[in-house]
Amino acid sequence: MNIESLIFYGVPIYLIVMGILVILTTKNLFKMLLGLSIMDSGINILIVALGYIKGATAPIYSRYPEVFEKVVDPVPQALVLTAIVIGIAFLGLGLALVIRIKEKYGTVNVEKLKELKW
Amino acid sequence: MSEAVVIFSVVLALLVVLATFILWLTKDLLIGVLSSAVISLVASIFFLILQAPDVAITEASVGAALTTGFFIFALKYVGRREDD
Amino acid sequence: MIRKVLYFLILIAFGFFILSALSAYFPFGENVLTGVARYYTEKGVKDLGGINIVTSVVTIYRGFDTLGEVTVLFLSVTALAFTLVGLKVEKAKLPKPTLIMETGGRYLAPLIILFGAYVFLHGHLTPGGGFPGGVIIATSFLLLLVTQENYRFKKFHITTTEVLAGTLYVLVGLLGLYYVKSFLGNFLKTGKPGYLVSAGIIPIIYILIGFKVGSEMTSALNNLKEGGDEH
Repeated sequence: MNIESLIFYGVPIYLIVMGILVILTTKNLFKMLLGLSIMDSGINILIVALGYIKGATAPIYSRYPEVFEKVVDPVPQALVLTAIVIGIAFLGLGLALVIRIKEKYGTVNVEKLKELKW
Repeated sequence: MSEAVVIFSVVLALLVVLATFILWLTKDLLIGVLSSAVISLVASIFFLILQAPDVAITEASVGAALTTGFFIFALKYVGRREDD
Repeated sequence: MIRKVLYFLILIAFGFFILSALSAYFPFGENVLTGVARYYTEKGVKDLGGINIVTSVVTIYRGFDTLGEVTVLFLSVTALAFTLVGLKVEKAKLPKPTLIMETGGRYLAPLIILFGAYVFLHGHLTPGGGFPGGVIIATSFLLLLVTQENYRFKKFHITTTEVLAGTLYVLVGLLGLYYVKSFLGNFLKTGKPGYLVSAGIIPIIYILIGFKVGSEMTSALNNLKEGGDEH
């Protein structure tokens, strides 16, 4: 395993693992949403890194009729473009739910929330 | 990819490791929000090194500007300390 | 404290196992274009006329997925507005903006809107497209919300823009069904690649998506700041 593979596969997997760790070891609902957000960034880097080709360039043919060059895979990039925008949408909805919980119960600590009855 | 780009990527990877440790161990939620913005910016530079400019522009504008705005507006309701 | 270190070590070992499995089965950089991706990169410019291949894939070749994503965005922003109706909690106020912030924000916001319009208008020629263009326009409204005191939006204007843009997008798809017999198919001339007026219906779709995403994100930010209905 060479150094390039260690960086471009290692950093996304490290971000996913740290996102899971932050969600597991905190008791605050807001911090769980922060962990979810860094997990989302890590997954997007991993999908784009799987489509890289050595020695190829970005998929834009700016000198169209003259040169025909090797380009990277465009299909994972189209998928990740969609996934990033959906990530902010569900983050906004999660934050609205946390604000409502704070208004109704007065706390966002999950240990105190378990004791409150209906 | 050339040698200079690989050394630059190693420095950025160390920055990511530092930012995730700060986010995990701090008790002030505003510092966590700023660490999340740093991680999004480094992800945008990684997208550019992997020859994907569309994705880099989208991640930079979404992760650095809009997600931080959402978090800070919600932080006004919740309170800045993690254990209150 | 010792429990946190134990969780960290177990998860790092798990991550290392996944990393070694991944780099054994998919070595980094040894991808070969086969099948559908090869067709898109070799014949994409001649079919559609746009020189940005990712843009052609997102709007025309995989156009139905983009319609699904626009639907998901619309649903979650509407649900956010419904969740925050009638909020009656005390929140900390943003500090009063100083004179430098107020003047600087007022001069900077139209330039940011102009840059966002440039990004979504040239989606088929340069990197970018409809989604980052709309988000940049929402960023300029975020700047106005933070630096001007007592800045209010007329909610009627924002929701009307969003609804019109979404309806026109579906109507363009139905026009494609009528003329070319496939939903969201290309029914205009492709023109010469590299010019601004070229590439069929790709600029039209990206203009509509830019308006829709910009007004949706602005509406979400306004709801989060004001906290519910304020008519």
